[in-house]
Amino acid sequence: MAKPASALTKSLLDALFSGVLALVVLGPISGLVLNGYQVRNEMQRPLLLAAAVMVGRFLFSLALATERGRSLLGALSARAQQGVTVAEASPPRSLRLATPLLLAAGLILPFFLSKYFLTVLILAMIYVLLGLGLNIVVGLAGLLDLGYVAFYAVGAYGLALGSQYLHLGFWTALPLAALLAAACGGLLGFPVLRMHGDYLAIVTLGFGEIIRLVLNNWLDFTGGPNGASAPPPTLFGLEFSRAAKYGGTPFHEYFHLEYNPNYKFIFIFLILFAVVSLMVLFVGRLKQMPMGRTWEALREDEIACRSLGINHVTVKLSAFMMGAMVGGVAGVFFATYQGFINPTSFSFFESALILAIVVLGGLGSTVGIVLAALVLTILPEMLRDFAEYRVLIFGVAMVLMMIWRPRGLIRIKRRSFDLEGLR
Amino acid sequence: MELHIFAQQLLNGLSLGAIYGLIAIGYTMVYGIIGMINFAHGDVYMISAYLTAIAMSVVFSFGVDSVPFALLIILAVAVLVTAAYGWVIERIAYRPLRGSTRLAPLISAIGMSLVLQSYVQVSQGARNQGIPTLIKGSLRIGSDTKFVQMTHIQLLIVAVTVAAMGALTFVIQRTSLGRQCRATQQDRKMAGILGIDTNRIISTVFVIGASMAAVAGVLVTLNYGSFDFSIDFITGIKAFTAAVLGGIGSLPGAMLGGVILGMSEALFSGFVNTDYKDVFAFVLLVVVLIFRPSGLLGKAEFEKV
Repeated sequence: MAKPASALTKSLLDALFSGVLALVVLGPISGLVLNGYQVRNEMQRPLLLAAAVMVGRFLFSLALATERGRSLLGALSARAQQGVTVAEASPPRSLRLATPLLLAAGLILPFFLSKYFLTVLILAMIYVLLGLGLNIVVGLAGLLDLGYVAFYAVGAYGLALGSQYLHLGFWTALPLAALLAAACGGLLGFPVLRMHGDYLAIVTLGFGEIIRLVLNNWLDFTGGPNGASAPPPTLFGLEFSRAAKYGGTPFHEYFHLEYNPNYKFIFIFLILFAVVSLMVLFVGRLKQMPMGRTWEALREDEIACRSLGINHVTVKLSAFMMGAMVGGVAGVFFATYQGFINPTSFSFFESALILAIVVLGGLGSTVGIVLAALVLTILPEMLRDFAEYRVLIFGVAMVLMMIWRPRGLIRIKRRSFDLEGLR
Repeated sequence: MELHIFAQQLLNGLSLGAIYGLIAIGYTMVYGIIGMINFAHGDVYMISAYLTAIAMSVVFSFGVDSVPFALLIILAVAVLVTAAYGWVIERIAYRPLRGSTRLAPLISAIGMSLVLQSYVQVSQGARNQGIPTLIKGSLRIGSDTKFVQMTHIQLLIVAVTVAAMGALTFVIQRTSLGRQCRATQQDRKMAGILGIDTNRIISTVFVIGASMAAVAGVLVTLNYGSFDFSIDFITGIKAFTAAVLGGIGSLPGAMLGGVILGMSEALFSGFVNTDYKDVFAFVLLVVVLIFRPSGLLGKAEFEKV
């Protein structure tokens, strides 16, 4: 244990060093703004940032020097989070009530919302679906997919181009697009999954960008930057538009209701809500099935799994394809909700956003991912002023999460089985 | 196909490939030493392009006339600040994660890449930036109608790349620091037992990689004159492709992979299609991973238990 005086000097020196370094690193980029061939002096920005870094570093070093500070920082560190907790065999009563309440809320809520909130909520649900899909790949199987948006694009364009060239409707396109996305995942994953895990990250990163480039450049087929239109969903042939466009009867005429443009969004939301609920159930069951258990085992120790006779390529491929399939389903919903899609919706930023949802939700935790998806999509809608800093904050949050909580904010609980109850 | 056009595309590809090779060195060294893809490396290259333009306008606002002198200052500033970036990135985003889960450093790297990209976008604005042309003229060989030419900047790119590679090879092969780097790459634990400060060596590798990317950033900016905050992405993937093509972990492999990628890309865009030249590089990456995952000069990968 160092003397307080020397601890103070050391902290000051640390702070000075970080401050100078911060000034060197941040100074030119944030302090001298390019303006034509000139630069504009904005030096107050890096000075403020460097001062903040100095204060932060000083407090951190000082905390490390005292007993109480160390224990406080120790509680935050990743090591305190290791180990597994086992859940109770039967969930507590409060949780048993939560599921039907949530389901009822999801079914009733859309009828009382304005169109704006409905669209925000639909988008949030699409991201929940995407998060759940990517979670299978990243959270459960431990494969880093940086081009998840490619499968989302395959689904969305599957509906748009399918209706344009093959006259497919929403309901036909939904399973077909899912299969198509899964097939793309299989084609891409098979050669790469045999290799060291990191290669998958870069190949998927490239694939995501390539899909966007092809969609943008193949003018004759995809419409290029002009995009393509996608049909809205129908209820047994009833359409939700004012006048029937696809040869059916409008919904409001059939039921002798007054026309309301919200009907379409309420209908999309309800289907989406059903799909997401099924997905949550599905993922929960998968985790307990041999397949899901193998995914998690493979994530923890690949060599041990292979020695136990698990074929790592097919197991990884199953996770990768299943994730791709969910991405495709989400894409179909996105296309039908927007009515029109173009390649700008499928940039790398989308992949990064979905990854941020999965990471911040806590790799592998379903509840965490649903919450993270809702927060990360609804919050930016409310805080439009901070839109500029959104990506910056996501990035910082991802780095901090990996340092302090590499296994997520919500601790994963292993399922336990009540043997007495099973007999 | 006419021979002089073919030769011209090869020469264009040579200077392009030299750039890919310089960036690929950062990927290959980091991968060799800690076995992870440094996704933030493309952003380091992008930042050096901005530093080039900023340093250039500051240097000229002080009334420096001599172009070679100005270029030297710009290169020094860009390399020093970018190297500091390399060090800081490793210190913040990767070092705390040694011994964490396998996925953690990759996600942290992606986070870092997002931070750097949007940091530059927020502070410098999203618009395209440019610099004035400093070096004009070209070297021509052939008759008036059929000739091959290399601009002086392209010649400079090749010359600087050869010099940088020479210096790097000397450091890695002949100095004590280089010996420590190679030892750490072979077996980090053993190197640590033998008294090498492996954390310092890993930092050094990041600094070297960032410096090489800075050289590439300066050269590219001088050559094309325009850039924006999103150049990191495609160039990063291509440089990584070059590293894989040459055999990840191998320094001469990175350069060889870069030159092969640059030349084949130039031929592809010259004779087949310009729109899909990025697709071509990516397809090459997948094909190499399928048929020769250890690359041209790399050693086969063994997983140790």
